[in-house]
Amino acid sequence: MSIRISQIEKTYGYQGRGRTRALEPIDLDIHDGELIGLLGPSGSGKTTLLRIVAGLEQADSGSIHFGDRDVTRVHVRDRRIGFVFQHYALFRHMSVFDNVAFGLTAMPRSQRPSSGEIRSRVMQLLEMVRLQDFAERFPAQLSGGQQQRVSLARALALKPDVLLLDEPFGALDAKVRQELRRWLRHLHEELHFTSLFVTHDQEEALELSDRVVVMSNGRIEQIATPDTLYRQPANRFVFEFLGDVNRIEGDIEKEVLTCGNARVAVPGIENGRQELLLRPHEVCLDEQPSTRAHLPVSVTAVVPVGAEVRLELEADWLGEPWLATISHADFERLAITRGKRLFAQPSRLHRFDTSRPQTLAPLSAS
Amino acid sequence: MIRIGDAPRVRRLLIGAALVLTALFLLLPLVAIFAQALMSGIDVYWQNLSDDYTLAAIGLTLLVAVITVPVNLVFGVFLAWLVTRFDFPGRRLLQTLIDIPFAVSPVVAGLVYLLLYGRNGWLGGWLDAHDIQIMFAWPGIVLVTLFVTCPFVARELIPLMQAQGSREEEAAVTLGASGWTIFRRVTLPNIRHALLYGVILTNARAVGEFGAVSVVAGAIRGETNTLPLQVEQLYQDYNTVGAFTSASLLALLALLTLAAKAALEWRAARRETAT
Amino acid sequence: MIAHALTWRRERRVLPGFGLSLGISLTFVSLILLLPLTSLVGQLSQLSWSQYWFLITDPRLLASYGVTLFGAAVAALFNAAFGLLMAWILVRYEFPGKRLVDALMDLPFALPTAVAGITLATLYSSNGWIGRLLEPLGISISYTWIGIALAMAFTSIPFVVRTVQPVLEDLPAEVDEAAMTLGASDSHAFRRVILPYLWPALVTGTGLAFVRSLGEFGAVIFIAGGKPYETEITSLMIFVKLQEYDYAGASAVASIVLATSLALLLAINLWQGRFIKRLHGGRG
Repeated sequence: MSIRISQIEKTYGYQGRGRTRALEPIDLDIHDGELIGLLGPSGSGKTTLLRIVAGLEQADSGSIHFGDRDVTRVHVRDRRIGFVFQHYALFRHMSVFDNVAFGLTAMPRSQRPSSGEIRSRVMQLLEMVRLQDFAERFPAQLSGGQQQRVSLARALALKPDVLLLDEPFGALDAKVRQELRRWLRHLHEELHFTSLFVTHDQEEALELSDRVVVMSNGRIEQIATPDTLYRQPANRFVFEFLGDVNRIEGDIEKEVLTCGNARVAVPGIENGRQELLLRPHEVCLDEQPSTRAHLPVSVTAVVPVGAEVRLELEADWLGEPWLATISHADFERLAITRGKRLFAQPSRLHRFDTSRPQTLAPLSAS
Repeated sequence: MIRIGDAPRVRRLLIGAALVLTALFLLLPLVAIFAQALMSGIDVYWQNLSDDYTLAAIGLTLLVAVITVPVNLVFGVFLAWLVTRFDFPGRRLLQTLIDIPFAVSPVVAGLVYLLLYGRNGWLGGWLDAHDIQIMFAWPGIVLVTLFVTCPFVARELIPLMQAQGSREEEAAVTLGASGWTIFRRVTLPNIRHALLYGVILTNARAVGEFGAVSVVAGAIRGETNTLPLQVEQLYQDYNTVGAFTSASLLALLALLTLAAKAALEWRAARRETAT
Repeated sequence: MIAHALTWRRERRVLPGFGLSLGISLTFVSLILLLPLTSLVGQLSQLSWSQYWFLITDPRLLASYGVTLFGAAVAALFNAAFGLLMAWILVRYEFPGKRLVDALMDLPFALPTAVAGITLATLYSSNGWIGRLLEPLGISISYTWIGIALAMAFTSIPFVVRTVQPVLEDLPAEVDEAAMTLGASDSHAFRRVILPYLWPALVTGTGLAFVRSLGEFGAVIFIAGGKPYETEITSLMIFVKLQEYDYAGASAVASIVLATSLALLLAINLWQGRFIKRLHGGRG
């Protein structure tokens, strides 16, 4: 079932006093079977948008269609959605079985399946979330990850047209989160429900989504596949939100940026004051400056994390320290210790202050 | 946000039913008290109020409140400090004992005092020999009132002090503060609303207690009649206007109690939203 | 060993005032609460079992047990429904005069019971504001069990409202929302989801209202009238026996009233403890 969101707008508070615009007019088309991540910092409007799609909030204007069905004025209980809450929202006085069966038993008598059918359907769902042995337990006797799986089974019990998830893994610890993510991805590939989920974790959004919708201040900043999003961020906000960023600011003359005793060649850039950005993995390090870059830095912190080593770099010409991630091989080759003086070599530089975002010619490390 | 029972039809029906029932069961009796008291006009009302027996009853009632409230205030604070700041065997039992006056019928409360201090009671003979009168006199009234009102202050303080924990007081100890200083400067500011509320409740009950007091007072007009007993006696004498005149004073006090409670809650809520 | 015990004491009791507060509390509790209660035990110990049994099974007294229990049960059930309704509208809805209605809920605790008693008796007597309206319909409230239940209900109104209200306030919006996203109608969601959440508070409040009603005296006697075998409540029986200087009889009845109230309170506490344990993850 596709979802079409058009011109959805929402303002909180009273006229004139304490009014905050939660959503600028929003347009978004979600295809049948797509898994879409709504990504943004808190207060960006992503949860509000999700709740409006669910029918838990009313938009001030605009419309929402599920397929051809206009659901804008349809009550949440009649929208045929499944909703998964951040804190699971399981009914604590009901067993796991009764929680999953709730939607089926709540149906009007004429449409309600027989108790035998309900039983087999619930057990099938519990098997799917691998909790068939826990049917008689109460929610308080389950771990957070198990509770969230019950919550998913409960949401899927009515075979909803769309599945909506509000920070579904936000309350879980990192390892369980990773596991559930992978599991949700499999479930989605198997069942092909149309799904919209909210997260503030860019890694989660990039890993799970077919397409990611980045939001800030009630606006959509970019809609793109994870790959495009990372490689071609539409603007500075998206670029900064998707990862750590290093900055360099200086005067450019004849395609060379100068900042104190540091300079770097930036082909194809016009003269004037400019700020350029680069990611930590786009910083290479060497013992000698190259003809294109003379960026002296000293290492102030060394943190080996998994497959790479994170370094903190400082220099007089830098306003705030840079982060660099390098391979263990480079780390050993350069014999890096704290206080070591090196030269940085940007492999790529990004510029967002012009009307069009620009990635500037990569400089091959000499 | 959309919640269960938000449909306008449901909302109107429930609010309507609740308001009608509230008006019928709570508002109407309140109005009736004042209407009955003023039935024969304001002059009769003043005349009834300035009746000697009524004035004596007001005096006795005030005396009872003036003794009971401070005593129970001190006891309540010490008990709350004891059970929330220290762990010792019998702590739970002490907390349960303090609830007894809530569970006991006030007539039973009066009875046990009568059994203890009455002429045939355990201490009755000794008291008689020393010419000390407790039953059917004001000391007896004060004692039973102490009994029925002793839980109020402690019951308000204990949950609050338990929730707040003793970190702040422990910090004060490390800074070298004495016990009294800790209580006055650290504990008291945190509990003063609950304490005030406990005092208000104690006062309301002390002034209004009827069942227990009627057992031990002996109903001597002008001597051992508290205001509630005076209300009863006038009512039994078919002096309805007189009874409701005294009742209106007690109702007024009840309204003040409600207003004070509402004000305290409002201030607490405002403080909560401010932080 | 002794040194160890001493240091343990000092470590545990960082805060000052243990001795003083223990002393004051124990003295007060002993003198004001326990000593008078033991006098009841003393009085009863002078009776033989058969005398005791004879006193507490007097037919007039048995009738009063029935009247009291029935009146208190009706009052408690009324308050369960009324209190739930009031708690719901005070927490869930906004309407003009809400603060006033909220404050009025405590009136029965603030108003002396004797005042409530004469007011209800006057309102519902055959020429009172309400009694007058009901008389043509053949309904009389004064001097009947209805009047007793009414007076008991009045004095115990705050119990259910004030126990359910905070629980309802703490009920997360997500519970409502989860039920609605699963297609439940208002009535289904209320019965199957919200009511079970409120259940412990509702039962506790109703139980407390029942206990309070059993012991109520001042509010009831005026409207009840005290006709033997019909509208005589147990508290009144104690009072009557005392006026006849029948201390033994009064004590025997009082022991029944006291034991019943304490047993009920204990039962409420135990039940609450078990229920809460189940909801918060006791292995079951």
